[in-house]
Amino acid sequence: MGRYVIRRLLQAIPVLLGTTFLIFAIVYALPGDPLQALAGEKRVDPVFAATLREQFHLNEPLIVRYGYYLRDIVSGNFGTTFRGLPVSTIFEGKFQVTFKLSITALIFEAIIGVGLGLWAALRRGRWEDKGILAITLLMVSVPTLVSGFVLQLVLGVKLKQSTGIDFFPVAGVQDGVRSYLLPGFVLAMVSIAYLTRLTRTSLMETLRADYVRTAVAKGMPRRRVLGRHALRNSLIPMVTYLGADLGTLMGGAVITETIFNLPGIGQQLFQSVYLRENPVVVGIVTVLVLIYILANLVVDLLYAVLDPRIRYE
Amino acid sequence: MKNPSIDTHPLADEVGHEPLLAVDNLHVEFVTRQGIVRAVNGVSYTVNAGESLAVLGESGSGKSVTAQAIMGILDMPPARIPKGEIRFRGTDMLKLSDQARSQIRGQRIAMIFQDALSALNPVFTVGWQISEMFRVHRGMSKRDGMKKAIELMDRVRIPAAKQRVNDYPHQFSGGMRQRIMIAMSIALDPEVLIADEPTTALDVTVQAQIMELLAELQRESNMGLILITHDLGVVADVADKIAVMYAGRIVEHAPVHDLYKTPAHPYSKGLLDSIPRVDQKGQELYAIKGLPPNLLDMPSGCAFHPRCPYRRDNCVTDVPPLYEISGTRGSACHYYREVLDGTLG
Amino acid sequence: MSNDTLSATAPAPQPAKPVKEKKPASLWSDAWYDLRRNPVFIIGGIMLGLLVIISAFPGLFDTVGVEPSTCSLAQARKGISAEHWFGTDNLGCDVYSRVIHGAKVSIIVGIVSAVVTGLVGGALGLLAGFFGRWVDVLLSRVAEIFFAIPSILGALLILAVIGRDNAGIASVVLALSLLAWPMILRIMRASVITAKHQDYVMAARALGAGPGRIMMRHILPNAVAPVIVVSTINLGAFIAAEAALSFLGVGIQSPQISWGLMIADARNRFLEAPLPLLFPALFLSLTILSVVMLGDAVRDALDPKLR
Repeated sequence: MGRYVIRRLLQAIPVLLGTTFLIFAIVYALPGDPLQALAGEKRVDPVFAATLREQFHLNEPLIVRYGYYLRDIVSGNFGTTFRGLPVSTIFEGKFQVTFKLSITALIFEAIIGVGLGLWAALRRGRWEDKGILAITLLMVSVPTLVSGFVLQLVLGVKLKQSTGIDFFPVAGVQDGVRSYLLPGFVLAMVSIAYLTRLTRTSLMETLRADYVRTAVAKGMPRRRVLGRHALRNSLIPMVTYLGADLGTLMGGAVITETIFNLPGIGQQLFQSVYLRENPVVVGIVTVLVLIYILANLVVDLLYAVLDPRIRYE
Repeated sequence: MKNPSIDTHPLADEVGHEPLLAVDNLHVEFVTRQGIVRAVNGVSYTVNAGESLAVLGESGSGKSVTAQAIMGILDMPPARIPKGEIRFRGTDMLKLSDQARSQIRGQRIAMIFQDALSALNPVFTVGWQISEMFRVHRGMSKRDGMKKAIELMDRVRIPAAKQRVNDYPHQFSGGMRQRIMIAMSIALDPEVLIADEPTTALDVTVQAQIMELLAELQRESNMGLILITHDLGVVADVADKIAVMYAGRIVEHAPVHDLYKTPAHPYSKGLLDSIPRVDQKGQELYAIKGLPPNLLDMPSGCAFHPRCPYRRDNCVTDVPPLYEISGTRGSACHYYREVLDGTLG
Repeated sequence: MSNDTLSATAPAPQPAKPVKEKKPASLWSDAWYDLRRNPVFIIGGIMLGLLVIISAFPGLFDTVGVEPSTCSLAQARKGISAEHWFGTDNLGCDVYSRVIHGAKVSIIVGIVSAVVTGLVGGALGLLAGFFGRWVDVLLSRVAEIFFAIPSILGALLILAVIGRDNAGIASVVLALSLLAWPMILRIMRASVITAKHQDYVMAARALGAGPGRIMMRHILPNAVAPVIVVSTINLGAFIAAEAALSFLGVGIQSPQISWGLMIADARNRFLEAPLPLLFPALFLSLTILSVVMLGDAVRDALDPKLR
């Protein structure tokens, strides 16, 4: 088990390096002079510009600049923008918003997705199963862009108008957990559908397995056969999906954040791309990639806990 | 802790000679997209305590489906049992409630499967899986259950049982896994043990060891044993009697030595003739020609007639009943006498 | 014995001979046989076919005679009428004709991105799986690096680099494909490795077939099914992504028409005048629905064990 953990950690390093370098290269390939972009129409003082170039290593080759950047990140320093603001200040609060949003979505996903999936699998071929499959078909087909606006209108505005109670705030984060409910569900919708289908197939496959037949032949009660013998095995793909989805949700939150006006990381990235705040852009994507890789690592470790065949490889 | 509703069944006393397990005129069919597949068509056999019955047949002959019907682990639907009885100590199990049925399953009638690797749960230790029988059915503690598991692993002769009780199925060899499967099935001293092709997935040398183990366990505990196989070579030493199945019917049943010496059905004869023998070295090996029948489109008359070397005209039109040859023998061939005498052909 | 899910164990015995009416055929003709009888496939196919026709000949559907570019501010945010079937938007443009003309972008971006990633990812996956060793290590590592980038953010970044002035269908396709090929590579690689160890491939090798022939004749046809399934599913994801990117302002730019762009334009007055947002949203969802239905049907046909 220990060796497996170490091996997985070591495997994550080249991916992390490669991905951050790729992002770094894309961002610094932006055409035009970032200083000039910052200054707009004004003439840039050549001495000041030279100092800035020196400070940000703009004259060095890309790979060297990447080296500097990496050094800074390892020491926890995400650098400063050209305006002199530390990137970590810009990050402040933003990641929390996106993280809370994604966790809310993940909880919706786990409860609704797994619940519907299990129900469908146990009712295989009957109307409940067919109904759930039809619902997932619709959920997959309605993109966040559409579900966000429609639910905002129906559950946020119309419901408030007709009942006078503000069940689901439609913008901002000033209402605490309640602010995240509607956007969290919107962000989760497509994933809920996928997880429902995954859970259904996975449990159906497990129920067909020989060892489930053995458990029945051992005279085990139905609940035990389902809860211990079948579920434990079908859990593996479900956990894998949920873990990997945390990174996906955080990276995909930008649309939801825009619709519901949540001051999260997606919105910040969107702004920074326009303002050419390169250190912010690279910083955000680096952190997101880090989260993605860590989440996958945790999943791999969970995998080993759940499946002894992997542990003893 | 035997189920009282069974032992006190009035019929059990009245009849007196009711065998331990009796399958009586059992029919099983599967509803598929292509139509109804009649997998078992009126099969009857009995097993007494301490007796072992070998059920022989090709895949698709209905031998495994019959066994699964006895265990009550058939998928229903698509399977259904339109006719027949499965009596355990005189009580028709098909008429019992789910609850009563699950009191028998695993505790009084147990089963071992062909491929132990897939039949054992990969995510639990073997000790957990064996001791589960004691924990769930006997309310034992985890620790006592584990002790019992080690005892059982010793009994089926798994070396270093104490050290290996916490290992997972994939860490054992094929033969050892099958021993674990056997340990699990005999955990609660069942009265009937059904072994569905227990050695098919194993090497020949290991096959012999497993069969020996089964025979020994049966002698010790006086179980009734139903041994399902397609391999005539496996059964000779273990079985007392044989039922040969073809296309969902029993075509011949006989004490094992009678059948080996003088088969009474062309199909049994064909099976015997296709066993390679040392004294026939150099000769061409006999094989039954043709393919097993399509269960959706069964041949008319005797289902074996398209492959039968002794076919006569009425074989194509008349379904042969199971003719009684003696008290212990039967053959579903119109010309069983000629087959017995060797005068047919 | 009534608990169907639990005692659901014994497989129905297979008929020894194939049934007469249905000939024993290859995976492909079997799949086609199933597809033609699957209502999900037929409905999805008709819907997508209709959308493709709309995107190819939008003029045919402009029955009201309102050009998408003729707008008048005086007519802004009018409801449904005989002249404006779907009402008008903030600038007084006819929503119906704009929705009709917006189909083109979605369909083209979706199909081209799916084909490009399918071909590139498929080809690289075939090489990685077939040759193994350093080819596999190299390609798989590179794929892993691209795979770790969140797709919408990555596309946002790439489109920002390309710049608004150059933004259009081609750049959106590029950005989406650049991030999506690794998924196809993984799937292709896995199924090639499975196919490689099948007995018939071993047999072909033993009979002296060259690597090129083995790869193209024996492995590819047997490994390509999952790629087709995933590419169909991706098609829907690409259409959604294009709308999202255009909505964020880095994708398709005005005066070109895209449903995502229409949603963005209608956004500010959405709560008072929802129609200009809801109609493109409806068409966007229907387009994705048609593709998802096709994808489901294709998956069921090519992967019968899930049925």
